[in-house]
Amino acid sequence: MSKKVAFLQGNEAAAQGALYAGCNFFGGYPITPSTEVAEVMSIELPKIGGKFIQMEDEIGAMAAILGAALAGSKVLTSTSGPGLSLKQELIGYGCIAEIPCVIYNVMRGGPSTGMPTGPSQSDVMCAKWGTHGDHPAICLTPASVQETYEEVIRAFNLSEKYRTPVMVMPDEIVAHMRERIVFPEPGEIEVVPRKSPTVPPEQYKPYDTSFGDVPPLASFGSGYKFHVTGLNKMQDGFPTTKAEIVQAEEERQVRKVDANVDDIVTFEEYLLDDADVVVVAYGSTSRSARYAVNVAREQGIKAGMFRIKTFWPFPDKQIKALASKVKGIVIPEMNLGMCSLELERCAQGKVPVLGIFRVDGEPINPDQILEKIKEVK
Amino acid sequence: MAFDYDKWIRPGKLPHIWCPGCGHGIVMKGLIRAMETLKLKKEETAVVSGIGCASRLPGYIDCCTLHTAHGRAAAFATGVKMAKPEMNVILVGGDGDGTAIGGNHFIHACRRNIDMTYIIMNNYIYGMTGGQFSPCTPTGHKASTTPYGNPDPGFDIAKLAIGAGATFVARGTAFHANQIDKLIVEAIQHKGFSVVEILDDCPTTYGRRNKYKSVIEMMNRLKEVAVPVKAAEKMTAEQLQGKVLTGVLYRDDTKPEYTAEYAKVIERASAAK
Amino acid sequence: MSRYELRFSGSGGQGLITAGIIMAKAASIYEGKQAVQSQSYGPEARGGSSKSEVIISDGPIDYPKATTVDALLAMTQEACDKYTHDLKDGGILLVDSDLVKNLPQGNFKIVSFPIINTAKTDVGREIVANIVALGAMVALTGQVSRENAEKAVLSSVPEAFIELNRKAFSIGFERALAASA
Repeated sequence: MSKKVAFLQGNEAAAQGALYAGCNFFGGYPITPSTEVAEVMSIELPKIGGKFIQMEDEIGAMAAILGAALAGSKVLTSTSGPGLSLKQELIGYGCIAEIPCVIYNVMRGGPSTGMPTGPSQSDVMCAKWGTHGDHPAICLTPASVQETYEEVIRAFNLSEKYRTPVMVMPDEIVAHMRERIVFPEPGEIEVVPRKSPTVPPEQYKPYDTSFGDVPPLASFGSGYKFHVTGLNKMQDGFPTTKAEIVQAEEERQVRKVDANVDDIVTFEEYLLDDADVVVVAYGSTSRSARYAVNVAREQGIKAGMFRIKTFWPFPDKQIKALASKVKGIVIPEMNLGMCSLELERCAQGKVPVLGIFRVDGEPINPDQILEKIKEVK
Repeated sequence: MAFDYDKWIRPGKLPHIWCPGCGHGIVMKGLIRAMETLKLKKEETAVVSGIGCASRLPGYIDCCTLHTAHGRAAAFATGVKMAKPEMNVILVGGDGDGTAIGGNHFIHACRRNIDMTYIIMNNYIYGMTGGQFSPCTPTGHKASTTPYGNPDPGFDIAKLAIGAGATFVARGTAFHANQIDKLIVEAIQHKGFSVVEILDDCPTTYGRRNKYKSVIEMMNRLKEVAVPVKAAEKMTAEQLQGKVLTGVLYRDDTKPEYTAEYAKVIERASAAK
Repeated sequence: MSRYELRFSGSGGQGLITAGIIMAKAASIYEGKQAVQSQSYGPEARGGSSKSEVIISDGPIDYPKATTVDALLAMTQEACDKYTHDLKDGGILLVDSDLVKNLPQGNFKIVSFPIINTAKTDVGREIVANIVALGAMVALTGQVSRENAEKAVLSSVPEAFIELNRKAFSIGFERALAASA
């Protein structure tokens, strides 16, 4: 039997991916250019008994999904730059209280209202550093409609596996462009369920590390009663200021991601075996990069591409290895040099990192990248 | 036999953080009596709060408890209630948390008429941070950030709730302890968004700046200003000057409740599938 | 690798994004090729400038935006002035002859007929002008078969409007062939 295909927009694919992953609660607030996700969820969720709520503001939407997640739902919100800024308060809450949730953020021009319909990649630092305090960060940057669908599923899986908020951040081009998508059959892509407690309610502790760095999470209304707070907490969920407990808990929260980088980080290597120049790219910009690399190869230049699929945690190990192999790194991005700084950190001065930075709402075209490839000597 | 509060208190979590003379403990006991009266199931009851002294209350109560971020209780609780409409959801918090930083979530929870009960302990001040003025601090009064007297006019929480669409609004005081659980019982039984404002006191950060010599004096003030709605009907405007109405101030049993309305959305969507 | 670029331009509310989507759908779902559709638009839901780009290829499409355009539809003078600059030598420019009076100079083939008026008078509803234009673009570009394009049109419109759109597509297709002959 042939698989179901459709011609979809990135945002529509994101909503379909969430449904495949078992999402049954969406809380949102309208914002360009991500609103289509909310619109699709408002149609589809009630059909399957799920819940859609449009909240009074971005913070409220984030709060609603966290509340629903604690009541056992698999939850999604969608937003864009200004909304992401507002949601940061409660993204931090999700990190410290360890609540699985997926935040789909379409990157548009900024700061502030910026360019609501223009593409950008300038939220990638906000994904890691936007909320205050040390916390784990996972952020995926898909480059196609199909990949947006699949990465939203992976985001749900990672959020359940590591019990932490996960962000999916397409740029506006990926979010709004339309491509053919092939839907997987049910069961074809693994869907990770929530790790539920195995102990009886009276023994349950929401942060019980005897079950490892990712303790099982019960839900309200399922026979378990427990306390959740945004304060630094003990294993039983109640607040504490005891130095050694706070230190250990903070370290554990960050370790959930840091100790599992190899499980989380994904990337694509394209024509890198003999490459002298590597273009590092992510999101829609990687599509221009691939085009440019192909043209460079036709012209006899040994160029290749390293495509970042998981932006956070950053693929440090892979970039470090590349830096000792190639003559130069080219980084095209729709911001004023965010990924570039990470690459310089990883390259440690071994090779030059040449940036192409555009924030004018126009995509970076292949010619610009080709020119920069040629600058590497 | 004396009422057994311990049944609802989490073992080992007392003493609470509240100052001597603070009314929050009186409100907590009222809430516990109400929960016991209604025979609420602990596992099926969520008590949700924001940040502040009053918002520490859920930590002491033995049920599903959620101490959220400043002002966000109503929005978190909306998520809980939408996900599990069969749960009893009770919000607790202070005046600053609920009407300043949480004001937007508060009025929209009222507007939706989602079936939850919000107990606002109004002590006219931000107590936990040391006594800054809140949207409920009376004009002219002193707070740590209104050293020359408060220039701001205050909110009337009950009117705000009624105007925003809440369908059960009541007011009590920490002095009238025996009335608190009765108001909360009625509020929880009401199908829709119910608000119970409890006029409270903060001797530590509000009382001492505003010339209340003792907790007794603050409590006496609550006793003196409170007028039950029934009694007020027979009083003149002059007699009501400076008084505050208590009891059930507003009730509307006709407005549809939000989760019930969403259940109809699910029905319509399933039919259209 | 073959890469064919189309741009549908005009003002918001003319349905050009929809026309682009249907063209791309025809290529990728019915014709067995690959296609990407993207768009840019201003803050206005109606009016303002609007463009929808479609890339069609036999193989994977990397860069989703136009580089040099093979075929351009301009439904307003403003769009024509703004978007002709990267039209390929030997490319095709289709304009609404009532709305685009100043035709650009260049080494490309210009086809013009009163698209909106055709929708209004020949089809009977101005609202399907975008489908008339789409029919014309399908005829002029030859990237997808008439049959597959029609399938894509009919699968994209509400049941009640199938006949109207079939007619609009067909008239657009024929008028373009006649106008370019």
